[in-house]
Amino acid sequence: MSTDILLEVEHLSIAFPTATGLARTVEDVSFMLREGETLGIVGESGSGKSMTAMAIMGILPSTAVVTGSIRFRGRELVGLSDDELRDVRGRQIAIVFQDALTALNPVMTVGDQLIEAVRVHRPDLSVEQRRARAIELLTLVGIPSPEQRMARYPHEFSGGMRQRVMIGMSIANEPDLLIADEPTTALDVTVQAQILDVLREVQARTGTTVMLITHDLGVVAGTADRVLVMYAGGVVESAPVEPLFYETAHPYTAGLLASLPRLDRRSRDERLFQIPGQPPVSTAWPPGCRFAPRCRYAVAGRCDVAVPPAVEVGDRHVAACVRVGEWQVEAR
Amino acid sequence: MSGAGLAGSEELLAEQDVQQGSGRQLLQRFLKHRLALTSLIVLLLLMIVCFGADWVAPYPQGQQDLLLGPTPPSAEHLLGTDELGRDFLSEILYAGRISLAIGLFVALLSTLVGTTLGALAGYLGGWVGELLMRITDLFLIVPAIALLAVIVQGLGPSPVTIVFALTALGWTYIARVVRAQVLSLREKDFIDAARGIGASNLRIIIAHLLPNLAGVLAVGMSLAVASAIIAESTLSFLGFGVQSPQTSWGSMLSQAAGYVGTPQVYLLYFPGLFILVTVLAVNFIGDGLRDALDPQGKHL
Amino acid sequence: MFTFIIRRVLYSIPVILVASFVLFWAVRSTFDPLAKLRQAQDPTAVAREIERLGLDRSILEQYFLWLRSFVTGDWGTSSRTGSPVLQLIGEALWPTIQLAFWGLLVAVIVAGLVSVYSAVRRYSLGDNLLTGAAYLGIAMPAFWFGLILIQTFAVWPKQQFGLAEPPLYFIGLHSPGQDGFDLDYIRHLVLPVAALMIALVATWSRFGRAAMLDAMSSDYVRTARAKGVPRRQIIWRHAVRNSLAPFVTVVALDAAVLIGGLVVTEQIFAIPGMGRLFLDSLVAGDVFVLLPWMIVVAIAVVICNLLADIGYALLDPRVRLR
Repeated sequence: MSTDILLEVEHLSIAFPTATGLARTVEDVSFMLREGETLGIVGESGSGKSMTAMAIMGILPSTAVVTGSIRFRGRELVGLSDDELRDVRGRQIAIVFQDALTALNPVMTVGDQLIEAVRVHRPDLSVEQRRARAIELLTLVGIPSPEQRMARYPHEFSGGMRQRVMIGMSIANEPDLLIADEPTTALDVTVQAQILDVLREVQARTGTTVMLITHDLGVVAGTADRVLVMYAGGVVESAPVEPLFYETAHPYTAGLLASLPRLDRRSRDERLFQIPGQPPVSTAWPPGCRFAPRCRYAVAGRCDVAVPPAVEVGDRHVAACVRVGEWQVEAR
Repeated sequence: MSGAGLAGSEELLAEQDVQQGSGRQLLQRFLKHRLALTSLIVLLLLMIVCFGADWVAPYPQGQQDLLLGPTPPSAEHLLGTDELGRDFLSEILYAGRISLAIGLFVALLSTLVGTTLGALAGYLGGWVGELLMRITDLFLIVPAIALLAVIVQGLGPSPVTIVFALTALGWTYIARVVRAQVLSLREKDFIDAARGIGASNLRIIIAHLLPNLAGVLAVGMSLAVASAIIAESTLSFLGFGVQSPQTSWGSMLSQAAGYVGTPQVYLLYFPGLFILVTVLAVNFIGDGLRDALDPQGKHL
Repeated sequence: MFTFIIRRVLYSIPVILVASFVLFWAVRSTFDPLAKLRQAQDPTAVAREIERLGLDRSILEQYFLWLRSFVTGDWGTSSRTGSPVLQLIGEALWPTIQLAFWGLLVAVIVAGLVSVYSAVRRYSLGDNLLTGAAYLGIAMPAFWFGLILIQTFAVWPKQQFGLAEPPLYFIGLHSPGQDGFDLDYIRHLVLPVAALMIALVATWSRFGRAAMLDAMSSDYVRTARAKGVPRRQIIWRHAVRNSLAPFVTVVALDAAVLIGGLVVTEQIFAIPGMGRLFLDSLVAGDVFVLLPWMIVVAIAVVICNLLADIGYALLDPRVRLR
């Protein structure tokens, strides 16, 4: 794994004007991605993780107000026109969406959609070559009888197969970065594992860098090298995967971990832990730490004054909490 | 659609701006729709001047001035006079009485019939519902204008038979819409809750289903008014509608058709404009109602 | 696919039969088929007709009597003109089919283009103008619009510029003595087609616009964008392609509405088609023409619905499995 920086996001903010005011979905997010690594971005719905991914690809709705910087291989992506970005999309950066049933065109055959992914960026290839590549992609993602499957429609596939098709479509042009936005959320648990395997295989074969977005910490544990935890539009913790789980530095991450149902817990009578409350409405963020209202370790006067800056707590491990070190003591 | 589609962000945000449809908020939202508001005012004005034609019209109905004959709009006759020297504006207002009355009655009756049948079909379900659907399908197959003309001609053309005929065809649309709505409402939890505390079917229908239908009905009724007015004018134009000495906008247009190419072509424009404005107003009101009831809905 | 079509056709047959019975009953109840004969005061002729039509028997028996003769092509004679009904209807069908064909073709193309344009350039000046025009189109009676067209584009230019002939014709489909597809034909077609399609285009384009907007905000369009597909291809290959199925359904289902428009349009533009035939027969109480006329039209509408279903299945593969 080289240490080249593939993607650098700095002070990214995304907001939408709405009838009731400016809705901020992402605020001051910064991180970087090295070539070949797998980054997991974890957060609940509304945390802004999908928005971040779409901002990288430039496929946010036109009403979005994006500030900050997104540099891919040193090239600034924010502010580029649609035409300029089209070269990046599907070729250098590709994305796999959550629900393949709605993300695939229902009236086009799977084969046509795969061929389209190829055709758009390789107009030099002949019709037969594109078709051959499409079949090759289906084989790569483990779909049996690919020649016959080419002529089938998305609704004729099972959920897992559909998701494989989506993955195949995304790697059609061997992108440098593959973003997987909740690729397993719409699937059964057993199929989830298969899909993650496919992603791993694809990565091993092509050396693609993967950004895996999910709300499921379990998915991240087995797949990611590093993890970003997002809450209410901001990054609250960022760490390599083991320190995140074993040396958790932010109360929110701890809350997420605690709410995972576990088989190895002490008593079976114990209630499932739940972080009380709800994330803040995007048009009405509280001043200061946005998690403070729900945080059992929040202290008035310190946590509600300003947004906590990222504090280094270990090797490449940062957390945005003013009480780093302190709250862990209280927790014991 | 997933929570983060192209427009998904707007939906995400809209979800957070939870808006309950209370009666008061409904009214507020409707009033914000300026077009609908203006249309409502225009429609009310029209109804006032037409139904109050006896007081409002500058000249009594049917007062002829054969020496004058047809004249273009002037100071004494704002919309001119027709071939018999009658003040055109007054004639239009009196004719509007019939046109508007027919439109409103048909809308009201077909909504009543359609709602009753549709609600029953939706709530009782089973073969009753299926049968109703087949019947409404039948009405779709038979050419409406032909059936209307046959019924009216057969029963003898008069405003009453016109209302009957238009209602007989008009209830089907409302019935389908109401049935669909009831079907979806029926599955909701509050119906089960009502039944759980022992409410009778009739009570459930009246107290729980109908209020939730108000939205759909309001929109449906406005559509019904619009289509009834146009249908009546078409029938009258063809000669199967209102007969003299009564007049409606459609029958006036039927007579005015002969003035194409003559200086009296204004006789053609004015009644048609009245129809146009009325139907436009009704349509805008319907739109306003639809927006008020379903602000995130698809805008047609 | 084939079984799908067969099933739909088979389903249509009982529908037509039931519809025909209802129509039969409605017409026989409101009109006396012997009205003219009774006027002639010929009791033997009256008695003979009663026998022939089975008027002394139950309505169901009358229906089957009539049905048998209808199916064998014996549609009787018009009490108005004395000609065979089959011939009258046959002659009237051709002009109507022409008008309906051109009207539908132009309406679909215009509505389709307007839909795409309005959706792609949502809220632009063009979209707002078209929306306003659509509202106007829905709000005015078609016959009034037709008359205004005649006044504005035929009569007025002729008078104003002192022309020998109006630039666009408004009587019939051909000038006397002319036939075939030529400029004369087109000049006759423009105004009636315009009058016919205004309400249709208005409704369809609103619907098409909504369908397009739906498609363009869908997940699969987002995927296409993420793949790097150019905007033009997204619009046509993805959005339009997905909007076709519902659009075609709406178009085909509006066929019944088209009939109404045809009746009125033929009256105004003096086209000797089914609409005119209907009106003339109705006024004369010619029950012998009315009933077959309605059946023919009902069959046409059922065929249209059938085509709509088939079209939808062709355009939307998800439907085919049912």
